[in-house]
Amino acid sequence: MAHIFAIDDSFSLRQLLSRALAEGGHKVTEAKDGMEALVIAQAQGADLVITDVNMPQMDGLTLIKRLRGLPAYRHVPILVLTTEMDPAKKRIAKDAGATGWIVKPFDPVLLLATIRKVLD
Amino acid sequence: MNDLRSQLLGTFLEESAENLERLEAGLLALEAGFDAAVVDEIFRAAHSLKGGAGTFGFAAITGLAHDMETLLDEVRAGILLPGPELMALLLEGLDALRVTLQGLRAGRPSEEEGHPALRQRLQRAGARSAGAAARASAQGSPATAVVPTAAGAEGDRPPPPEASTPTSAAGPAPTLRGWEIGLRPRRHMLESGNEPWRLIRELEGLGAVSVEADLSELPPLAELVPTACYLSWRVRLEAAVPRAAVEEIFAWVADDAELALTEWHGDALPAPAGCGPAPAVEPGPSPFPPREGAGTSERQRATSPILTRDDGRASAGGARSADGEPAQAMASLRVGIDKIDALMNMVGELVITQSILGALDDGGPLDEQKVTRIREGLSQLARNSRALQESVMSLRSVPVSAVFNRFPRLVHDLSRQLGKRVELVITGQTTELDKTVLEKLGDPLVHLIRNSLDHGLETPGERRAAGKPETGRLALGAVHRGADIFIEVEDDGRGLDAEKILRRARERGLVAPTATPSPAEVLELIFAPGFSTAEAVSDLSGRGVGMDVVRRNVKSLGGEIALESRPGQGTKVRLRLPLTLAIIDGQLVRAGEHAYVIPLLSIVESVQIEAGRVRTIAGSRRIYRLRDQLIPLVELAELLGVVATSMASPMAAPTATRRSAADATRAVAGKILVIVETDGRRMGLVVDALEAQQQVVIKSLEANYGRVAGLAGATILGDGNVAFIIDIIDMLARLDLPAAEPAAEVPSPVARGVAGRPLSRLATDGA
Repeated sequence: MAHIFAIDDSFSLRQLLSRALAEGGHKVTEAKDGMEALVIAQAQGADLVITDVNMPQMDGLTLIKRLRGLPAYRHVPILVLTTEMDPAKKRIAKDAGATGWIVKPFDPVLLLATIRKVLD
Repeated sequence: MNDLRSQLLGTFLEESAENLERLEAGLLALEAGFDAAVVDEIFRAAHSLKGGAGTFGFAAITGLAHDMETLLDEVRAGILLPGPELMALLLEGLDALRVTLQGLRAGRPSEEEGHPALRQRLQRAGARSAGAAARASAQGSPATAVVPTAAGAEGDRPPPPEASTPTSAAGPAPTLRGWEIGLRPRRHMLESGNEPWRLIRELEGLGAVSVEADLSELPPLAELVPTACYLSWRVRLEAAVPRAAVEEIFAWVADDAELALTEWHGDALPAPAGCGPAPAVEPGPSPFPPREGAGTSERQRATSPILTRDDGRASAGGARSADGEPAQAMASLRVGIDKIDALMNMVGELVITQSILGALDDGGPLDEQKVTRIREGLSQLARNSRALQESVMSLRSVPVSAVFNRFPRLVHDLSRQLGKRVELVITGQTTELDKTVLEKLGDPLVHLIRNSLDHGLETPGERRAAGKPETGRLALGAVHRGADIFIEVEDDGRGLDAEKILRRARERGLVAPTATPSPAEVLELIFAPGFSTAEAVSDLSGRGVGMDVVRRNVKSLGGEIALESRPGQGTKVRLRLPLTLAIIDGQLVRAGEHAYVIPLLSIVESVQIEAGRVRTIAGSRRIYRLRDQLIPLVELAELLGVVATSMASPMAAPTATRRSAADATRAVAGKILVIVETDGRRMGLVVDALEAQQQVVIKSLEANYGRVAGLAGATILGDGNVAFIIDIIDMLARLDLPAAEPAAEVPSPVARGVAGRPLSRLATDGA
């Protein structure tokens, strides 16, 4: 049971993500874009962050950079949800401070397995 | 977990429809001029579509959206210009997506063909401009060096450098016992949230692991930065797994650590010393040979589903949820949280009111004071239930933009097709309307807009000649007034040609050759069934294409349609629609032993019948002269086949029409005549008494009993009795039936329209 912060601008994906995580016994906080996530992050920490990359207001990469600037999120694993298989794009995410990535489409079961590994 | 996806399918479809709308609106906006923010927006829309479709397992959508996204990315990067050709192609892609989504919504697993031809064209459009260059630069990135990716698997990556050991390509050698893994994180690795210990534990999942740490780089305590990583590790993994399985574990740290993988063959290496002091790892580059190229991605694909479903081919295609059942999206309604909160609030108040009233029931006598408090409580209850009703109704309301949004595209396509220039102005998009009403409104509106573009608005040349701006104006607006929503479609085109309409109506026998209908009556003619035919489309420059169908649709929603035309200046069609279909304002009337509800909106006025004003024509048909109008007079009970109070036997309905004219006149004298109107036609309903006006909830007769002609439904009155709701439209239609009378001439629309003044009525309504 961990506290997971899930950020995605797509309502359906956010729902899928948070329901899958909840079924895995995790507590989930949702945000619909980077800006909202940052506001929430000022108020509360998390054990793991999962964020989309392409979002309005503030994209995932900017969010990660800003989160890494917050003491509470300095070492928290941050996974990006991405459809990009382009290594250069992954590199950019890593440079921004991402721990790793989950490639969309994700299978809910495998998602939980991945998260378990990160949270162990 | 699979049903998690099928549960959310409806949400996904709804969101995808929204994304399509954003995409479409954006593309149309781009045609007007380049705007980076718009490109961003539509790129995101395509991207979201792709991501969602991938997750929900719809390969055809994923593929198409991917191709469009690629093009849009190039547009965004400024290496592809959004010319008309590209726009047309993207719009075509959009249409294909829409069709596919509609199929999914209907539960049709029809999408598997995946639009190969269209995809090919989309892909070519990108490659021709700069796609190749963009791809080339991506390949040159150093990040490709260690981690195999699906991009590599797609075959557009150069082969890995020769450092790759032969076994890694051919699969594990028979003697392979495991792997020797050297892991040297870069100093900053911890800052990205990656933990070496996690990686090692993950290796344990593959087989037995022994670990040696190399502490040689650890600085003196004073110089130690706590967040930096100074250690490296040498891990021996006893598991004959493919190289890719090991590499996958390190995929996230590929750039944050140096990784050396060496095969460990059973006889080549001694078993690692169990718990002895860790021998230092030899210094120098030996544990870290030059980085190896990617392993074979195909194997990684097999072992890591999370990483390998990018191309969509791997995912279950078709309109199937992950469990293989055909997907059936449930009709759903997205409701804002504020509405739900308001509803909760209302229910809370209702509970309070209930407890106030409940507290009065203390078993004691009902004194003056208590009665006062009960009255107060009841009036509060009335307020509560009214508020609750409004609140619940608002749940079903959706903004008209849900339908209006598709018109920019329609106008865009049609005006192009017709060689006309049109500016579409939309107002009142946020006006809310019952979802059911709105859904059925789409087709009639499309019809009206089509008519405006096709027949109303002129070509630029004609407009210039008429002294008008070359670009025509089509205004679509919605506004909420009282219990109605008004929707207007107005153009500044040539207006209706009254002469042509009249000529056509005469040709079709809708108007007697000698009749000279008023201008309003002429306009009314285009709503006549049979007025419009396929011929009319090409013949007639005015309107009339299926306007009877439009009117029927609008009427079936409890609405009305009115038309206004100024020759040379334009045409305006106005629809009046009820906010909801479930509740109406009704006038309770009594006819005989029964109570009926007449929709208040259709009542023009009510008068007491004077015997001298009743005329009988054509045998038994009666007319009431009200001021200068002649209004067909009908006894409600008679029309419904119910016996009036004066008659003896209950079920002898037709006898009513066999009374003598004098009897009939006597029978109605002194009663109340409720004059109702719809579509400019009036009739007078004879009732015994007018009772309260109240809002009534319509209960379906079809669902509870069966369809009854002339009745729109029933409602339950305060005293528990059931009252029937009169269907005025159907009543008027029944008026035309010859019924029991012989040789009753079916009046022409003009004759029927004598009393009608649809335009003036609606115009004053709106004021």
